[in-house]
Amino acid sequence: MSIESTLPVLKPADFASDQDVRWCPGCGDYSILAQMKKMLPSLGVPREKIVFISGIGCSSRFPYYMNTYGIHSIHGRAPAVATGLKASRPDLQVWVITGDGDGLSIGGNHLMHAIRRNVDLNIVLFNNRIYGLTKGQYSPTSPLGKKTKSTPMGAVDNPLHPLSIAIGCEATFVARSIDTNIKHLGGVLKRAAEHKGTAFVEVYQNCNVFNDGAWEYAKDRETKEDTTLELEHGKPLLFGKERKKGIRLHGLDPEVVELGKGITEDDLLFHDERAAEPSLAYLLSRMRYEDGFPEPIGVFRCVDRPRYDDEVNKQIDKSLKDKGKGDLETLFNSGETWTVK
Amino acid sequence: MATATPSKPVSDLVEATVRFCGDSGDGMQLAGTQFTNTSALLGNDVATFPDFPAEIRAPRGTKAGVSGFQIHFSSTEIFTPGDTVDALVAMNPAALVTNLADLRDGGILLVNKDAFDKKGLEQAGYATDPLEDGSLEKYKMHSVEMTKLTRLAVEGLGLSQKEADRCRNFFAMGLVFWLYDRSLEPTLRFIESKFGKLPSVAQANTNALKAGFNYGETVEAINTQYHVGPAKLKPGTYRNIEGNLALAWGLLAAARLSNKRLFLGAYPITPASDVLHYLSNYKNFDVLTFQAEDEIAAVTSAIGAAFAGEMAVTASSGPGIALKGEALGLAVMTELPMLVINVQRGGPSTGLPTKTEQADLNQALFGRNGECPMPIIAARSPGDCFYVAQEAWRIATRFMLPVFVLTDGYIANGSEPWQIPNVSDLPRIDINHPIANGEEFQPYARDERLARPWAIPGTPGLEHRIGGLEKANITGNVSYDPINHEKMCLLRQQKVDNIADDIPLQELDGPDSGDLLVLSWGGTYGSCATAVHTAQKSGQKVSHCHLRYLNPFPKNFEKILHSFDKILIPELNLGQLNAVIRAKFLIDTVGLNKVQGKPFSVIEIVNKINSLLG
Repeated sequence: MSIESTLPVLKPADFASDQDVRWCPGCGDYSILAQMKKMLPSLGVPREKIVFISGIGCSSRFPYYMNTYGIHSIHGRAPAVATGLKASRPDLQVWVITGDGDGLSIGGNHLMHAIRRNVDLNIVLFNNRIYGLTKGQYSPTSPLGKKTKSTPMGAVDNPLHPLSIAIGCEATFVARSIDTNIKHLGGVLKRAAEHKGTAFVEVYQNCNVFNDGAWEYAKDRETKEDTTLELEHGKPLLFGKERKKGIRLHGLDPEVVELGKGITEDDLLFHDERAAEPSLAYLLSRMRYEDGFPEPIGVFRCVDRPRYDDEVNKQIDKSLKDKGKGDLETLFNSGETWTVK
Repeated sequence: MATATPSKPVSDLVEATVRFCGDSGDGMQLAGTQFTNTSALLGNDVATFPDFPAEIRAPRGTKAGVSGFQIHFSSTEIFTPGDTVDALVAMNPAALVTNLADLRDGGILLVNKDAFDKKGLEQAGYATDPLEDGSLEKYKMHSVEMTKLTRLAVEGLGLSQKEADRCRNFFAMGLVFWLYDRSLEPTLRFIESKFGKLPSVAQANTNALKAGFNYGETVEAINTQYHVGPAKLKPGTYRNIEGNLALAWGLLAAARLSNKRLFLGAYPITPASDVLHYLSNYKNFDVLTFQAEDEIAAVTSAIGAAFAGEMAVTASSGPGIALKGEALGLAVMTELPMLVINVQRGGPSTGLPTKTEQADLNQALFGRNGECPMPIIAARSPGDCFYVAQEAWRIATRFMLPVFVLTDGYIANGSEPWQIPNVSDLPRIDINHPIANGEEFQPYARDERLARPWAIPGTPGLEHRIGGLEKANITGNVSYDPINHEKMCLLRQQKVDNIADDIPLQELDGPDSGDLLVLSWGGTYGSCATAVHTAQKSGQKVSHCHLRYLNPFPKNFEKILHSFDKILIPELNLGQLNAVIRAKFLIDTVGLNKVQGKPFSVIEIVNKINSLLG
């Protein structure tokens, strides 16, 4: 601990690069960037040990604005770049910044495999339910019927739900927050950073140019208490302005109930982010506003599992210990050889 | 080494070529490998050509399922597995019908008579039994009841009939070992190490091997034994090596010589998978192999590893390289050192997965969007893969860029004697990573070669961002400035061109000028070298130029081209290097092109030389 105390204390401004931020004025990305810069100093990790990797899209410009190491890679591939980096250098803290198109469409395969390998990455998916950088086509999270430049008569393909995907991929840490809910967002990012293994965070992010108001129900001061539900480990699932509404299990299905009239908090579903089975987290990820449910925010799931980057290096260490450091001369002369004089 | 006392006349040969062929489950690759190792240990020069179907087990007895292994062994230096076969072992009718054309007239034909039943003949498309109808009269044919004799040899060991029949390849091996006066000892050692834990299987294979050997010694119909003496190779210690193994070892050596950890990002693909297999077993050499979810993740994980400061490699074959194209552009743009290995196979699309071709030169040169030059180095033979891997890594780190390494299925699976190098003689590869010096760090500042600094995460004060968007020179900041973009395109090209100052001058086999230059690259080296030697011996003024560096070319290359009246470019494609040479040097050339999934035979090239020199 004495070593840490000698480290210079970093401030949010220390994490800002010298590049002008070029997102559209009013974009939700600004808030996420601000919360990241604000949160990082609290981790005590030096700047040179932090790497941001992104793909392509508005969100993927993120690394340019951070005064850390970073790669703005190619469309959809950030999780794979990050896997190679983290497996090689477990000493680094590696963040992946992606979006609904980058992460779930072109890069769906890499996202899936990074999560199932449980590589120690922090993946933040900015979900604005639209393609912004290519100017307004529908994305894999756009709702059915969504009219965009490429779907003038409305989208006919089913949307994906990012957290359901992550949980299906055996994610060990799954969380959700909202760009404008800055305190909550900062807390979730910090939890993600502290998690060992893949931390997957979905952020409801507003694209005020091509899909303004997509998350209005979850952000509006008037409605957000009724349309979202803040998860707390070990606590009952309560929501609403007066916190009089809750989620109760009816068989395998959740239902919204009002407290009172014989229903108490004890009848409600209690949140357990450390449940070994992901069923509860999955059930929470399926609760949609359009189906009459509040949408949970916070940490859905947080469990410890072996991590790829750790295990793969353990195998190397074990091999080095068991066999000794490989010697080229011995290797080349192994097997059948003969000498010509 | 104990050798049997010959009881029959022994005829001395300078060289011989043997091919084992049978069903893909018949163990022909094993038979060929054992024969190769034994011959190499005897001191012969050897060159091999394994040829197998893409299907793991095509229906038994069909032509589609035939697997073969050809070995050329010699008391003189050789470069190819041989044009024609002196002795053919055919384990069934399908193997006979698909391989007979390569057996020379008067050659030895050993067939497993027991497989020539009605069903077997039908599957091979024989209307009448070739063993009986006189159609094989021009060969020294020995029809042997291999199945029956093998079963007898393993009787009493408690093996099922199926297990007993699996030993047939050892019977065939034993017979061929006798025929060519080879010792059984190396194979007996192999049986012990491979099957030692299964005593009955080890015993059965031993019995079958000896039964085959004794059959040759005893049966009167086989009246001559052949002997091929040791070759005069350069003094040193040798081993037999396949191209993919030599490549894996070359990568290990390059990592060690540059004091780097080796990271391989790969996705299984024929014929490159063995590189992944071998390296996965060398963890104690500080090798991290990552079997990625796809080819794109394989290359992008390598980019991540390169950024991390590792020796990053991705290995694949043509279809996989096609998928990597966009990421290679990122590697070029970010100017990170890494190796991209293409073990070429027949294309386009899935093509001929297990067959050889060199039709991915255009892909390596041009297969990316934008102006995206990459250096290209090609290996000429199995053992050469070892050195090419190191040279590629030297260039990648000296110039800070991704380098293509081209091999092909023929040299990847083929083998040759390889003189084991002294590790202390291998050139070191020096790499410097910058540390903060108080000045503002400029990630795209350049040295005299135009290489940028390789600053790795974890280094305080050198935090920087790179990516696929165009970079401003020096600062590395995103830049859309039109003049800067043109400057950077020229810079990236110049950086590749500068490599010509850093590589050896092109060597020639033959006089500096003459009537004809045979210009080749990659795995066709052996056929071309042998053909040119043949032409030179007959007095023709022919020289051979075999390119290792395909981008950029060595500095003296153009001068060489202008020193010959005619230029012949044999390639296992439809003329890819040929087109480059014509476009770049405005010079007339003649192509000799073949895309049959097979290497050139020497005679094909000799005939072309003769026709050009008329």
